[in-house]
Amino acid sequence: MPDVAELYQSLILDHNRSPRNFRVMADADRSVEGRNPLCGDELTVWLRMDGDTIADVSWMGKGCAISKASASMMTAAVKGVARDDAEALFENFHDLVTGKLGDDKVNSLGRLAAFRGVSRFPIRVKCASLAWHALHSALLAPGTSSAG
Amino acid sequence: MSSLAPRSDFPILLAHPGLRYLDSAATSQKPRAVLDAISAYYSEDNANPHRGAYELSVRATERYHAARERVARFCGVADADCLIFTRGTTEAINLVASAWGRANIRSGDEVIVTGMEHHANFVPWQQIAFEQDARFRICELTPDGRIDLDELRAMLGRHTRVVAFNHVSNALGTINPVREIAAIVRERSDALIVCDGAQGAPHIPVAFDSLDVDFYAFSGHKMCGPMGIGALIGRRGTLETMPPYQTGGDMIEFVLDYRTTWNVLPHKFEAGTPNVGDAVGLAAAADYLDGLGMDAVRAHELALVKLATTALGDVDGIHIYGPPPEDRSGVISFTLSDIHPHDLATILDGDGVCIRAGHHCAQPLMRRLGVAATARASFYIYNDEADIEALLGALHRARGLFGYAGV
Repeated sequence: MPDVAELYQSLILDHNRSPRNFRVMADADRSVEGRNPLCGDELTVWLRMDGDTIADVSWMGKGCAISKASASMMTAAVKGVARDDAEALFENFHDLVTGKLGDDKVNSLGRLAAFRGVSRFPIRVKCASLAWHALHSALLAPGTSSAG
Repeated sequence: MSSLAPRSDFPILLAHPGLRYLDSAATSQKPRAVLDAISAYYSEDNANPHRGAYELSVRATERYHAARERVARFCGVADADCLIFTRGTTEAINLVASAWGRANIRSGDEVIVTGMEHHANFVPWQQIAFEQDARFRICELTPDGRIDLDELRAMLGRHTRVVAFNHVSNALGTINPVREIAAIVRERSDALIVCDGAQGAPHIPVAFDSLDVDFYAFSGHKMCGPMGIGALIGRRGTLETMPPYQTGGDMIEFVLDYRTTWNVLPHKFEAGTPNVGDAVGLAAAADYLDGLGMDAVRAHELALVKLATTALGDVDGIHIYGPPPEDRSGVISFTLSDIHPHDLATILDGDGVCIRAGHHCAQPLMRRLGVAATARASFYIYNDEADIEALLGALHRARGLFGYAGV
């Protein structure tokens, strides 16, 4: 059993306690719900696009510290980012939490590297990637839908 | 306080010496005697039963028959043919809901369950009621997590066709007064009474013949037996008038070209090659538990849950759900401050403490409690005071990790 302190980094606990961009977005042009029926976690991600760029992103929901912190840090990481760059970030993040990302690439993730401990806790991968899957669906299809 | 059963009887506890297994309400660990019985059956007696053309098949048939009698005795059932082996509680309840329900529930009838049911004793009734155009009703709970018997009284009447409730709540540990509930139902209706005993049979003496319910369902794997076997106990008169649940081999008498007649009880409800190996294992589990004494099992769990409730009650920010420990089985369901139960479970796992976190397959109950999930520690015969100390230590560690003071 790996040390749980590896998982619950201070940055993650901080975002769990004080989630960023935690609000309904009235002028969003798309929103997606993410759900993990196994544990009851659910969240909504709102997006406002400016062309191919994520002009604004917010989220609300409930869940464990890992899923909340991941949603919070995701919104901070993709605001103002081009769609393709956000998708590339998701791919790297997914590789990080599943233990497939090379060490050389971990640093390129910046603060999101705090989630590297998740790879030692396979049952928490879903928690860490729930918001990202919702974002991915929102980027794919305008409108309101469900994912997860 | 030491464990009731020697921990050395359980190979998995020897394989993981640091393990603090507090999830027996999900599934129990298995004593060596059960593993050995299953192995011995397959090593010495295995053949397809009920085809008795040779001695080995006769032996397998006898082992299966003896297993049924042993498990029936464990449950206080005199007529062993009224004990139908199933894959577990879920299949047993589906059997009643499908076979009895389709034949007997009519448009305008009412099917009553309670707000504390496991999905296995909720969804089959919800669905059969929908199919038969009957009214599905949910009896609410008291604030301390018991079935509200006054509400139940008020709900009962000539339209009530089924009342289904659990012996013990898997999520709260509440022990329901089965005989009292059955008496209330009988007094006010002609309803079929179905008791989900998944959390009853492993922990409390059952005595089916004096419970006054029509059906009682349970699973082997929660009572030291293997996964994949359980039973439905019914009354002969009801079982004999019911149509079969599944059709095929073993459950038939004569198969004519355009008509089939059914085998006698219990075979009528056991289509296909039976799970003899696991039935033998379940019988060994009954031997093991009766060896300890079911009264002693109950007393041991009560002592542990009282200790745990007192110890955990002193932790800042803890909220314990359900009635006082005297009215609970060995289950303690709780939340700790705003730490999500899944985070708690992960942190506790770091200390070798296994608890369940989530909705416990009881989403209707979670809604009534106003939470998405709880953490649940559950005790059994191999648990001891050291397990509670480990749980307590891990909870304090979780508080520390999440930045709560007073660690």
